[in-house]
Amino acid sequence: MTNHWIDIRNSDCILIMGSNAAENHPISMKWVGKAKDKGATLISVDPRFTRTSSKADIYAPERSGTDIAFLGGMMNYILSNNKFHKEYAANYTNASFIVGPKYAFKDGLFSGYDPKTKKYDKSFWAFEKDANGVPKRDLTFKDPRCVFQLMKKHYSRYTPKTVSAITGTAEADLKKIYETYAKTGAVDKTGTIMYAMGWTQHTVGVQNIRMMAMIQLMLGNMGRPGGGVNALRGESNVQGSTDHCLLFHIWPGYLGTPKASLTTLADYNAKNTPKTNDPLSANWWQNKPKYMASFLKSMFGETATKENDFGYSWMPKIDDGKTYSWLDIFDEMYKGNFKGFFAWGQNPACSGANSNKTRKALAKLDWMVNVNIFDNETASFWKGPGMNPDEIKTEVFFLPCLTSVEKEGSITNSGRWMQWRYAAAKPPRGPKGDGDIMVELFEKVRSLYEADGKFTDPIKNLRWDYVKDGKYDPHAIAKLINGYFEQDTTVKGKSFKKGTLVPSFAFLLDDGATSSGNWLYCQSYTEKGNMAARREKKDPTGMGLYPEWSWCWPVNRRILYNRASVDLNGKPWSANKNILEYKDGKWIGDVPDGGWPPMSNKEKTKRPFIMKPDGVGSVFGPGRVDGPFPEHYEPLECPVPKNLMSSQRMNPVAPVYGTEADEHYSCDPRFPFVGTTYRVTEHWQTGVLTRWQPWLLETQPQLFVEMSHELAKLRGIKNGDMCKVSSARGKVEAVAMVTGRFRPMAIQGLTVHEVGLPWCFGWVYPKDGGDSANLLTSSTGDPNTRIPETKAFMVNVEKLGKRRA
Amino acid sequence: MALTRREFLKWSGTAGAAAAAMCLGFDLMPVKSYAAGLKILKAKEATTICPYCAVGCGIIVHTKKSGKLLSTEGDPDHPINEGALCAKGAGLYQMTVNRNRKRFPLYRAPESDEWEEIEWDEAIQKIAEKIKETRDATFTEKNDKGQVVNRTTGIAHVGSAALDNEECWLLQGIMRAMGLVYIEHQARI
Repeated sequence: MTNHWIDIRNSDCILIMGSNAAENHPISMKWVGKAKDKGATLISVDPRFTRTSSKADIYAPERSGTDIAFLGGMMNYILSNNKFHKEYAANYTNASFIVGPKYAFKDGLFSGYDPKTKKYDKSFWAFEKDANGVPKRDLTFKDPRCVFQLMKKHYSRYTPKTVSAITGTAEADLKKIYETYAKTGAVDKTGTIMYAMGWTQHTVGVQNIRMMAMIQLMLGNMGRPGGGVNALRGESNVQGSTDHCLLFHIWPGYLGTPKASLTTLADYNAKNTPKTNDPLSANWWQNKPKYMASFLKSMFGETATKENDFGYSWMPKIDDGKTYSWLDIFDEMYKGNFKGFFAWGQNPACSGANSNKTRKALAKLDWMVNVNIFDNETASFWKGPGMNPDEIKTEVFFLPCLTSVEKEGSITNSGRWMQWRYAAAKPPRGPKGDGDIMVELFEKVRSLYEADGKFTDPIKNLRWDYVKDGKYDPHAIAKLINGYFEQDTTVKGKSFKKGTLVPSFAFLLDDGATSSGNWLYCQSYTEKGNMAARREKKDPTGMGLYPEWSWCWPVNRRILYNRASVDLNGKPWSANKNILEYKDGKWIGDVPDGGWPPMSNKEKTKRPFIMKPDGVGSVFGPGRVDGPFPEHYEPLECPVPKNLMSSQRMNPVAPVYGTEADEHYSCDPRFPFVGTTYRVTEHWQTGVLTRWQPWLLETQPQLFVEMSHELAKLRGIKNGDMCKVSSARGKVEAVAMVTGRFRPMAIQGLTVHEVGLPWCFGWVYPKDGGDSANLLTSSTGDPNTRIPETKAFMVNVEKLGKRRA
Repeated sequence: MALTRREFLKWSGTAGAAAAAMCLGFDLMPVKSYAAGLKILKAKEATTICPYCAVGCGIIVHTKKSGKLLSTEGDPDHPINEGALCAKGAGLYQMTVNRNRKRFPLYRAPESDEWEEIEWDEAIQKIAEKIKETRDATFTEKNDKGQVVNRTTGIAHVGSAALDNEECWLLQGIMRAMGLVYIEHQARI
């Protein structure tokens, strides 16, 4: 979230699309309700009329996988009716930038496409620059090559009629929603978006989000209270685990994983540190070399020296142009290319797309380690449906761990608040804390390498001074993540002794004098103490920022890009939306995005979007692999013979995997219905933690497939009947739930039915509770992130018989 | 005078309750007698954050002196949830006090159709040996282009967004030190 949960109350219009907050983030609705009490409008767009929809002022259905068409129509409405925030768009976004002559768009393809490699050459989308190397601008938006004009032209194709024919949403509903949301372009209004996996799990996942971010920028909603782009993250610490980068492509603090071609740290820094010629751009990432050196110091401590590039060469590198993502892991594993596998606190046999492929892949391993509180479909895959244990060679280790109230440490919520938890309950005999398991395992591995082994440097040199007597200490690691001065140092006129905790990332250095496990968390645990444990409930702005309650990254800034919440003179765009104001030479309110004076001070100011090299929000996004503007493409599997927007049916650069487990069909009479997946309040993710809890299981005991009355009639199914739901890749048995919450849609002259299934069940427990809905989903994904497309696929539904007693 | 609910209960539970009641201008006795009957009266109290979705609701955990979990409830002082919880958060007690929890490490041998309980030391020893054996057999110092990569592609890792920040950092540290590049978790999917 660029903003945070409580801030939702400051909004005038809340769009909930691609999420079902009322059921999956129930407490968020407290703040939606408070906004509504003050007169805000709630809009819900969802293929299914959810409990969120029941609270909405306006609801409209759409077919899964058509969000860009829906929002492209909104952008068209905003631009062609002048509903955007002109001064904001001109000064704080790249809408005024002039795009170079090589940019073009024709029939669903941007310029620079190579059909052989199925890749774009992004250099075709570069901005035109002046003699100083700064992008040229036309603040009047009149130049036909400026982003604004190109964008207007691009989205003029998304007429209500075309959008309606793609999405299945009635034109009248589209009009009402466009008009209502576009009102937040008024200076004294802000609108917000609450989205989740309903937007991300698509072959156009990234562009779904970008489309909305562009709308938020054009309406002047970014950086402002009640605005922003707000991802409702689904796991208690998925924000923190992302920040600390348990991901192939980034190291802690979003430092890109070094590619093999970058053989030295200097090469890495030269390639990965963004540059700008614009004196008004802060280009904060210019500090990357400091964060990189500090990270390596936290990895290798005293053995990381300037002379050895701080151990840069000890760290594993990835090949240029190759991805090592989730989908790639299971594709390679399916092909037998891994020997060992850790599934630590995760149940991929149910959670990943195309579960049959995943489960078969696990059977190709030599060994696997699963760490969890309860038994689950991953740990016990070898005795699952269709498996013959006699033929499965995989050795499996299951390690039982502690629950969240039995151990101490911090987690980071969706609003980037890092909150401390205490070891409250005494653990039972047997299970161990995850941290202790990690310490014991690594100490054992290291001891095995004392005698011999391949390339022992990183194993022997891994910093370990935060472990005492083989015991995991969350405080010691929290301090390491914050970072230390590694020698007596003077920075910015202040002197620090060796061993002192670094007060904030502004003091980090690239010469090895500082360590910081994650620069974004530098300031979270300082000489003043553990910031995440704070519980002071002051609200000086009255806007719900609570700056002394816990701590939030970066540097306790509660709303990102908050200098865009003020005008060029540093005054809030409107008095009722004041979280930050420049008064008497200083900023009052939230921690500003840098302390520079407002834009009217042309000598000393910096532009507000400090993480972007040009200092402005990108309505034109030349960095994405699938185009600078979001464009509608159909999902891998879809019910329509053609994409009404172009002759490119699906995202031309989306990855499609080719094993026999990856079959997919569109417009195939065997799989005539759109399928989607979702969650229920009573279960969490694959249900591995909740299915074992009698209270929760009683309330949601088994898998169901939800369908419309019309579809049920078509298939002779009654509410409560057992059904088989099948796709090209798998099948599940589910109880029919026939409701008016799904309705057939008229799309391209066809009647399109959609059904939905929760994905929280699995064969291990409860017996006859049904299996994972991910047995149906496909393993393709977004080309930028490789998130699987689990929210739109094609299925069949057949009646099996009456419900079992 | 502003009092949080917890301070209010604390006041009401002390000998000074009567005096407090006078300050407050109303009778606290009914609250006192209610609190006296609660099994959490002498319980130890700690705060935690809900382990399910990422709203980050505050929860109060009550334990006996022995450390036994007595109850969990929404933290009324927490600014996000103000004491409210969803069905999962409200039932948090049962994730911990649950006879379905696995207590000891389990091992499944190749081609076996059953789990066997093993000791922690044995499990850790065996896994460490597997790691070393696989790493040493699959370690790549240079790729096809001759570039230094120092990695093992024989082992993959997924998880976890359910871990604490400190555990996540440590886990990425040890996995990368061992040379893994196939490192992923819930955030990807």
